[in-house]
Amino acid sequence: MPDPAIGSPASAGEAPATATPPLLQLDGIVKRFGGVLALDGVSLSVSRGSVMGLVGDNGAGKSTLIKVVSGAHQPDGGTLRFDGAPVRIASPRFAKEIGIETVYQDLALVDTLDAAGNIFLGREIVRFGAGPVRVLNKRRMQRSARELLGRLGLELPSSGTEVGMLSGGQRQSVAISRALYTRPKLVILDEPTSALAVTEARKVLELPRMLAAQGVSVIIISHTLQDVLDVTDRIVVLRKGRKVADLATHETSLEDLVTYIVGSERAKGAGYA
Amino acid sequence: MREATAAVRELPSRDWRAIALDYGIYVILLAFVVVMALLSPNFLQTRNLLNIVVQASTVAVIAVGATMVILLAEIDLSVGSVAALAGAVTAGILELGADAVAPGPIWVTLAVLAGLAIGTALGAVNGILTVWGGIPSFIVTLGMLSVARGLTLLYTGGRPIFGLGDAFARIAYGNLGPVPVPIVILVVLYTLAALFLHTTQLGRYIYAAGTNRRAVALAGVNVNQLKVGVYALAGTLAGLGGVLLTSRLDSAQPTAATGWELDVIAAVVLGGTSLYGGRGAVVKTLVGAILLQLISNGLNLLNVQAYWQQITKGGVILAALMLERALRRTRGGRDM
Repeated sequence: MPDPAIGSPASAGEAPATATPPLLQLDGIVKRFGGVLALDGVSLSVSRGSVMGLVGDNGAGKSTLIKVVSGAHQPDGGTLRFDGAPVRIASPRFAKEIGIETVYQDLALVDTLDAAGNIFLGREIVRFGAGPVRVLNKRRMQRSARELLGRLGLELPSSGTEVGMLSGGQRQSVAISRALYTRPKLVILDEPTSALAVTEARKVLELPRMLAAQGVSVIIISHTLQDVLDVTDRIVVLRKGRKVADLATHETSLEDLVTYIVGSERAKGAGYA
Repeated sequence: MREATAAVRELPSRDWRAIALDYGIYVILLAFVVVMALLSPNFLQTRNLLNIVVQASTVAVIAVGATMVILLAEIDLSVGSVAALAGAVTAGILELGADAVAPGPIWVTLAVLAGLAIGTALGAVNGILTVWGGIPSFIVTLGMLSVARGLTLLYTGGRPIFGLGDAFARIAYGNLGPVPVPIVILVVLYTLAALFLHTTQLGRYIYAAGTNRRAVALAGVNVNQLKVGVYALAGTLAGLGGVLLTSRLDSAQPTAATGWELDVIAAVVLGGTSLYGGRGAVVKTLVGAILLQLISNGLNLLNVQAYWQQITKGGVILAALMLERALRRTRGGRDM
């Protein structure tokens, strides 16, 4: 049974007192799809160099919230502040420009290109040329890709191997490297381990902490609650479009999370708690 | 290079099927050459071999553009008609000049450029209707096939245009040193196309967009503009093919190049470029075009009836497609 004094939304909603404002602050975000209220006044903040978990049942509003932050959806109400200033994130491209990168579940990789080709897709290093003829500097892209993956502690699938031939974990590594290339301030990982084998998932889960240590903030969405408990500093629970809990991870147990996700009465009935 | 090889060896999927996909066309070509050489003692003479390549050159020129279109997972069925119209327009302009004196090099150049411009324009229309009209390219270019043929018949009044002059005939019959001009054109064109596709940014986008259009668009590349550009280029090259054909026939026939879309697509597919986009090599399209010409010459040599030749050509394309599909599908359960 969760102790209501620990994780209640009221007590945990206040941001810790720090000198700098949080990197991302959402205030009363509302999003409607026709008659459906997908987000019902969600407020949360992500501080610099921290890892936040976002959990909730299917349809709780996690994906919608992420799409608002990454510029894919426009909110119908509420305000966003990023890096201390109010912003309107009008497009995914704008989100990237201000330093928000999202790694989507389906990864959006080109299977017939190799790792470097995917990491540099759309921002290839060019040796010379102009207009329609720009000659690629393949060697430099290979080297940079290798350096980048090395810095992240990821294995570079050998150059030239198409990413379509790689394992789920290696593909995930490529997608994450691609997002990190621009040195973003906030990285959103949408279900990063859902398609991975256990050993691969372990590797990918080391990333959020490593990024946080470098001052990058991370939001991670996952259905695997134990993973979220292992790698986050805070956990926000959504249910039916509302934030029902905002918890410090070290004070939270798996049972607490399940209770918040499904609602306490149902949790008892289902024998979770 | 060494580490790439090592990693490739670890992957169980790099098996005989992959090797067959990569090098099968060369083996088949070699087998054909051997069989032909045994059947006909004159076959291996330099002159005969050059002749075969020259005969393949018109289809091969058009197939360069078709390869790029197919790499984008699109199709262009209009190339035969567009070639005919471009040839007719070129011939029409030459005819205008021929009334006074035989058209000189400048006149010929202008006429050829006009033919290429017509091809480019129709190709761009194909691209625009496909991309912004939202109509599948198969339907758009099928429509264009009919429109361009109709325009050719209108322009020529249904009659061939003759008497195009010696300067123009030199495109198909001239020599640069010992090498026929059409072969020079082929070598230059295929070299440029291969460099473009394999070393430039746009070339890479053509492959990438044919594999995963959405990922490339998310990366900020204007895929629609790229597609229109490739269609326009395919139109230009169809025009060039039409000019070459007109020069070789020394006349523009209103029904020239009818059904060539099949030959062109066959050359691309025999060359191993996937109709599903994203995979292929333009140089192998040249091998495919030459192989098609060899098949056709071989059937002539064996006195096979023309009707049977048509059946054989269609059968070869279908067999190549089925073989390719079977080889790709079985690779580690994942489509290549």
